[in-house]
Amino acid sequence: MSTTMTARSFAAPGAAARRRKGWSSLWLVLGGLYFFLPLLATFLFSLHGKKGALSFIAYAHVFRDPEFLHTFSFSLEMAVVTIAAGLALMIPTAIWVNLRLPRARALIEVFALLPFVIPPIVLVFGLIRMYSRPPVMLVTSPVLLIAGYVVLSFPYIFRSVDAGLRAIDLRVLTEAAQSLGARWSTTLFRVVLPNIRVSVLSAAFLTFSIVVGELTLAVMLAWPAFGPYMALVGRDLAYEPAALAVISFLLTWGSLAVIQLASRGGRGQGPTAGGVH
Amino acid sequence: MADIGVMGEGARSAPLSLRDKRTPLRTWAGLAPFLLFALLFMILPAGMLLIGSFQDPQGRFTFVNLAHLLRPNILHSYLLTIEVSLVTAVGGGIFGFLLAYAVTLGGMPPGIRGFIVTFSGVASNFAGVPLAFAFIATLGRVGLVTTLLKSLLGISLYDSGFNLYSFWGLSFTYLYFQLPLMVLIIAPALDGMRREWREASENLGARSVQYWRHIALPILLPSLLSSVVLLFGNAFGAYATAYALTGGFINLVPIQIGAQIRGDVLHDPNLGYALALGMVVVMTLTILGYTVLQRRASRFTRS
Repeated sequence: MSTTMTARSFAAPGAAARRRKGWSSLWLVLGGLYFFLPLLATFLFSLHGKKGALSFIAYAHVFRDPEFLHTFSFSLEMAVVTIAAGLALMIPTAIWVNLRLPRARALIEVFALLPFVIPPIVLVFGLIRMYSRPPVMLVTSPVLLIAGYVVLSFPYIFRSVDAGLRAIDLRVLTEAAQSLGARWSTTLFRVVLPNIRVSVLSAAFLTFSIVVGELTLAVMLAWPAFGPYMALVGRDLAYEPAALAVISFLLTWGSLAVIQLASRGGRGQGPTAGGVH
Repeated sequence: MADIGVMGEGARSAPLSLRDKRTPLRTWAGLAPFLLFALLFMILPAGMLLIGSFQDPQGRFTFVNLAHLLRPNILHSYLLTIEVSLVTAVGGGIFGFLLAYAVTLGGMPPGIRGFIVTFSGVASNFAGVPLAFAFIATLGRVGLVTTLLKSLLGISLYDSGFNLYSFWGLSFTYLYFQLPLMVLIIAPALDGMRREWREASENLGARSVQYWRHIALPILLPSLLSSVVLLFGNAFGAYATAYALTGGFINLVPIQIGAQIRGDVLHDPNLGYALALGMVVVMTLTILGYTVLQRRASRFTRS
């Protein structure tokens, strides 16, 4: 038949695509195994608290432990204050850079990225050294912990809010508001913020997921936070840590799910990569 | 990307002439709160470590602390930290790239891509103490997979040399946040790979290997390298995961610094400052390398 030539030349790319799909499936399966096996194993392991039967007793132990509630609500408080302080600091700064001082963008970006260069363990070391002696003794005050958390959240809040601001026409919006007689506070709260709410929300939840389980700063500054509590439980018990890991995973998943859901509606989605390890 | 650039340019041109000439100082004052905060709680504390690492306990200038960084056990902890970071950056880089490739160009249904990207966002944030717990529950001495392998297949992981609390165990655990981070940062670069490039090379008779060797890899190389550098930094500064997994019994630089802060060993804070300075130096080089490579990468991905 004379079709052999055409058949061959069509078969080659088809086979290549099939091979590509085969390899892709393999990597997908392997990746899936690596990601889900630990989650599944941790969940099953957490059910072994009672000998010979599967039960949620480890979870009951965790939730009934007054320390769990105590430390978790402490970290929750810290997260809320950190988010409020971080947003109050970063939103005006980002607006200012976008509106009035584009020249300063590079400077602010460098500052906002510096926490990547200064690991948390180094940051807390510096904070302790600087604020554990006169003139400013802050080392026993929660202010220092929150300040440290705000620094850790710089990159996430700035990138998220900045992306949101760049996706809207900030200049037209603010000038329109002001020409209608709005004051700065009105412009900020009733015009700008509603337009970047998705970015603000994602910055908030990202900060939340970083702060709630944070260990390094909390343990070094000796606060009864959720991270140090988990580390302590892990030292003494077997099944409760697994339960805590499952709870933490659900928390992280929950806060990022909120970001995903919210950003589906609007523009200017923030970055969700990375965390504090 | 394109419309943001256009908007930024339009925003820049008109008002500068009106406002900036009049009150440059007052305009800069708008950034004062942020700059002051950053100065007080980031720059100055880090700067004091820098100064402290050149001082002896009496506050006199000295190079002794830096010289002490060359002590065998400290040098070893730097090398170990760099090894863990390198292994997990390259390993996470390779497997993250393959996974990202599979979901972007591999002809998988689009739903899978969305799921993997979302999951990667979660997994790259799932780190620290809970991550250590998850791996202990999975691959620890009585972990579920460890016991299952033994009872079902008769394979004893720990008799055959595996140990979760050692170098390879720690690296394997770090991969859990390294790999998804790679997926997140390399996926956009893979999206920039045009279908036409592959088709053109196939029409010219190139085999798959040739396409990768001469077209895809050269284009992707800056993105790949910059991502791996970022992953390196991500592992290098990690403290919580290592601390929770090994209980502080692995000789990493962050663990050493932690011990210095708590006063567990030596009681030589100035040596601790020097350790911290060393970390910041390595991280700075890392981020600089990332920035330079990223700039080269954007030449291709922008188009």
